[in-house]
Amino acid sequence: MKVKVDDLRFSYNGKGVLEGLDLTVRKGEFIGIVGPNGSGKTTLLKNIGGVLDPDDGGVYLGEKELSSIPIGEVATKVAALEQETSVGFDFTVREVVEMGRFPHLDRFERHSEGDLEAVDRAIEITDLEEFSERYVNQLSGGEKQRVFLALALAQEPELLLLDEPTASLDINYQIKIMETVKCLQSEGLTVIAAIHDLNLAAQYADRVALMADGEVKVAGEPNDVLTKDNIAKVFGVDVEVEDSEVKGTIHIFPKTETLSK
Amino acid sequence: MWVAGEVQLLYLICPLRVMNRAKPKVTFATLFVLLAFAFLVGVAIGPVSIPLGKSLLILTDKLPLLEFSGLPSNFQTIIFDLRLPRILTGLLVGSSLAVSGTVMQGIFRNPLATPYILGVASGGSAGAATVVVLGFTSNFALPIGALIGALSAVTIVYRISWSRGSTSSYTLILAGVALSSLFSALTTALIFIAGPYQQHRVLFWMMGGLWRSSWTLFKILLPIATVGAGIIFAWSRDLNALALGESAAEHLGVKPALVKKTLLGLATAITAVSVAAAGSIGFVGLVIPHIMRMILGPDHRILLPAAALGGGVFLIYTDVLAKTIMQPVEMPVGVITAFFGAPFFLYLLRKKIVGGRMR
Repeated sequence: MKVKVDDLRFSYNGKGVLEGLDLTVRKGEFIGIVGPNGSGKTTLLKNIGGVLDPDDGGVYLGEKELSSIPIGEVATKVAALEQETSVGFDFTVREVVEMGRFPHLDRFERHSEGDLEAVDRAIEITDLEEFSERYVNQLSGGEKQRVFLALALAQEPELLLLDEPTASLDINYQIKIMETVKCLQSEGLTVIAAIHDLNLAAQYADRVALMADGEVKVAGEPNDVLTKDNIAKVFGVDVEVEDSEVKGTIHIFPKTETLSK
Repeated sequence: MWVAGEVQLLYLICPLRVMNRAKPKVTFATLFVLLAFAFLVGVAIGPVSIPLGKSLLILTDKLPLLEFSGLPSNFQTIIFDLRLPRILTGLLVGSSLAVSGTVMQGIFRNPLATPYILGVASGGSAGAATVVVLGFTSNFALPIGALIGALSAVTIVYRISWSRGSTSSYTLILAGVALSSLFSALTTALIFIAGPYQQHRVLFWMMGGLWRSSWTLFKILLPIATVGAGIIFAWSRDLNALALGESAAEHLGVKPALVKKTLLGLATAITAVSVAAAGSIGFVGLVIPHIMRMILGPDHRILLPAAALGGGVFLIYTDVLAKTIMQPVEMPVGVITAFFGAPFFLYLLRKKIVGGRMR
């Protein structure tokens, strides 16, 4: 799904967070949002997902303006995986993933064959089969995050919003989540992901948008955006950027006094 | 493979903790049998005991095509004018309190949230007592007074404990406890202000009991309790989604603010009419939702109707106990529910502290 963010403004308790932000995401593209803490990445994702309403400007999903689409319909097209997730009460993995079908069902409608297939598929993609009857609350952080990814996939969205989904996970789970998302992208899913780790962003995103002060400062291919100069300007950190041994990607590492010695 | 080798080894050592739940059909069948039996026991047992066989005949006599002769008319009067309305009121009050407790626990994602602990029931009692002391005698005045009291309590608790889309468990419970004491103090004050006749009536709302039950009262209770619970049942899915947190629910197309306000309003309304009919009866809204969740799991589509049935059945049986345990004196049923409920509440607190997390 094509996404267009047009001169988006959003303030929180009178303090401007997004100050006229523009961003265009092509259908089937994986776009990484990078930027310092407090630059407005999460706020941007919440505006695109319809959880927050912009003060001014607009978000367009396909040709339609987001605010003109009922929230129930948005949920059939846009899914999200957030930074922190929790489940009240002892729901099983399968029960939580089944909730992903809510937007596709009427209030009293039961799951159809197709719904159950979507649920099975989401559980399979995220490799949760052997956990499906266990309580989500008894799983580790990485496993829990996969449950919420499966929930999002069961929605069968056209657009997936990821907010630092791997921030608290070890490298194994980080890669597994990113690989799963990348694999779904090849089937036509559009992905917008806020990513802390610049190397991870460079590796997985088709394009990177560098945010600061509530705006997108630069957007483009990782190699063009994640440069020594840009990173110094936005993060205030002196780094070295090298071509990585992994084909076609770059590797960014900080230069500090202690490390240079 | 996602699972690393050592995790699998762990599974061999510790048995896999998988869900262990009863089948809904079996549970509902059991509850219906318990309910049918509760009707019989409730009809038969009391200051005048009527043999089970005779009770059954008198009950079925009202059905078309069946007619029995020689049934004592005083027994019929006792059953139809006193015991039957009392059982039915008990059923509705128990159901409403249990449904209300389930809803509040679901909305606040807090296992200790109930109409009693959040001060909603005490607010209702104070409202009803005020109406009595002011001298309103209409049958509708009581539920309206209770509703005003209960709504003010829930609004205050919600406002105080809600910040940035979530409630702190401690603030919620402490605010509820404070409000509950305040409203109880108000009701106590009313006892001293009231005249001798009214004093006795105000005392009723402090203790909680079903002895004021009548068909008139039941007819007011019935539509509000059933319509309220009906709308709540229809929103079970939304309540499930809220268990994932507000913003996850919103991504599923659920409007958290709307769901919370609607369901909390309805839960408060059915609590208020229950309080108007039976005073403030504690612990039904706490114990029943927890037991049902342990048996059936947290899916509100099954949990809510099960809690409704379970709460009704529980209150009918505890009321029979209240009538008989100290014959000829009748105990307030709230005393009996507290004897069951308070230890259970303490057990939950302990489990929460030991377990370190909410269940």
